[in-house]
Amino acid sequence: MKQANTPIAICAGLACLFAATTASADAVTPDKVMFDDLEVKTSLTGAPGDAKAGKKWFANRKLGNCLACHVNKDLANQPFHGEVGPPMDGAGDRYTQEQLRGILVDSKAVFGPDTIMPGFYRVDPGARTAKKFKGKTILSGEQIEDIIAYVMTLKE
Amino acid sequence: MKVSIKAGLVAAIAFAGFAVTGSTLADEGLPEGVTAVKATPPSKDHPLDEILSGWTFRTPETQALQQDDFENPGYLWVERGEALWSEVDGSAGKACASCHNDAADSMKGVGAEMPKWDAKLNRPLTMEQRINNCRTENMGAKEWKWESTQMLSMTSYVRNQSRGMPVNVQADGPMASWVAKGKEVYYTRVGQLDMSCANCHEANYGKYIRADFLSQGHSNGFPTYRLKWQKIGSLHRRFKGCMKNIRATPYKVGGDEFVALEVYLAQRGKGLQVEAPAVRN
Ligand code: HEC
Ligand code: HEC
Repeated sequence: MKQANTPIAICAGLACLFAATTASADAVTPDKVMFDDLEVKTSLTGAPGDAKAGKKWFANRKLGNCLACHVNKDLANQPFHGEVGPPMDGAGDRYTQEQLRGILVDSKAVFGPDTIMPGFYRVDPGARTAKKFKGKTILSGEQIEDIIAYVMTLKE
Repeated sequence: MKVSIKAGLVAAIAFAGFAVTGSTLADEGLPEGVTAVKATPPSKDHPLDEILSGWTFRTPETQALQQDDFENPGYLWVERGEALWSEVDGSAGKACASCHNDAADSMKGVGAEMPKWDAKLNRPLTMEQRINNCRTENMGAKEWKWESTQMLSMTSYVRNQSRGMPVNVQADGPMASWVAKGKEVYYTRVGQLDMSCANCHEANYGKYIRADFLSQGHSNGFPTYRLKWQKIGSLHRRFKGCMKNIRATPYKVGGDEFVALEVYLAQRGKGLQVEAPAVRN
């Protein structure tokens, strides 16, 4: 994981000024993600994610908002689970981290061009992206790694 | 890899951890002034098997508000529109009624055919544009703003005169290129979430997306009273909201893209009865 060095090191030294705001703080920037047979092998941050934080990003309406489309028993305390995608229960049994990373980074690369699921690590995928979101990914690499760690805990 | 779970399965899974309320897709009871909330697609290549009014997807509580004009909060705008109809405005000293007399006769059916081709301007006009055209050309009055109380009142009143009549927009001849343009807008993915209208309203209607129960996104109820807005709103306002939700820069309200989208949507929902003013959440 040699790419991980620079941003992470700066982050540790300078109280992490930029890490949360731009994807470029991540070791693997969106344009550098490598797909390998529908999987993305290497962590976007060069480090494993934090499942506890991932659970928060998963539910948060402004971030993953995964509950918009996926029922998830583990978050039964949260209201309004959508049903546009398959339930997340047991997703940790069905997928490997590498597969989940592929799905999260660019769902269309995995499910095909017609899927409604957004790619969470893509820059300006659709036309007319609102100014506020231009040039930005929906989630940072770190948040994606956290969500992957969380989804891996969803065992049947 | 195992990624082939079919969407159809999903709808069947009832999860006990939270209450799924909302529409049952039953059609007991109808909105006031309407005899059906379904229509048969006008052609075989229509993307929908069955055309369903947004009414079908609302909760019984929301539906109840549209089952009775006394309960319907949108009716306030219809009444305001009725008052404006005979109010003189502008340098010509005229009201709408000066030229059109009784709206119950002269405006019957007009709202079901909007947007309508205007031969002089060589383009379709929405109800709002048609009204403003009358104001500037025939009354010497100032245009009303798209989302102003006056405009919403007048469009509600005029559309209400066609309530219960099937949407019957012209789609051929010079309108064909506008239908095509609107279709393109409908299917183009936009915004950071990279979605098109079809992702929600064609591929996933009848399902919850977070707290929202997705309809087919038809225009027959507009102007519509939205509980969320606490007032009545135009179709273009709704378009704008849907585009903002997917983190896209909306097209201009009243601009050609939205007019084309309105033409296409009317064509897509042809046969549904006009419900204006509908009530939605
Ligand atoms: C707007 C809808 C939508 C959102 C938001 C969404 N997904 Fe999905 N997701 C889908 C759909 C639909 C599928 C099924 C594939 C298909 O048919 O396109 C899917 C499939 C998946 C799968 C494979 C599930 C299986 O059992 O096969 C995983 C894992 C997944 N999504 C995770 C997530 C996570 C994690 C998030 C949030 C960061 C998320 N999704 C956000 C719609 C969505
Ligand atoms: C992310 C999902 C999503 C997308 C994409 C989307 N909408 Fe919607 N739309 C909704 C929701 C949720 C509602 C409110 C519930 C309903 O009526 O479906 C709605 C409502 C509507 C309504 C009101 C229907 C009624 O009966 O009152 C119209 C019209 C509409 N949308 C048109 C569009 C058009 C046109 C587009 C594309 C520019 C679009 N929508 C894109 C989610 C979406």
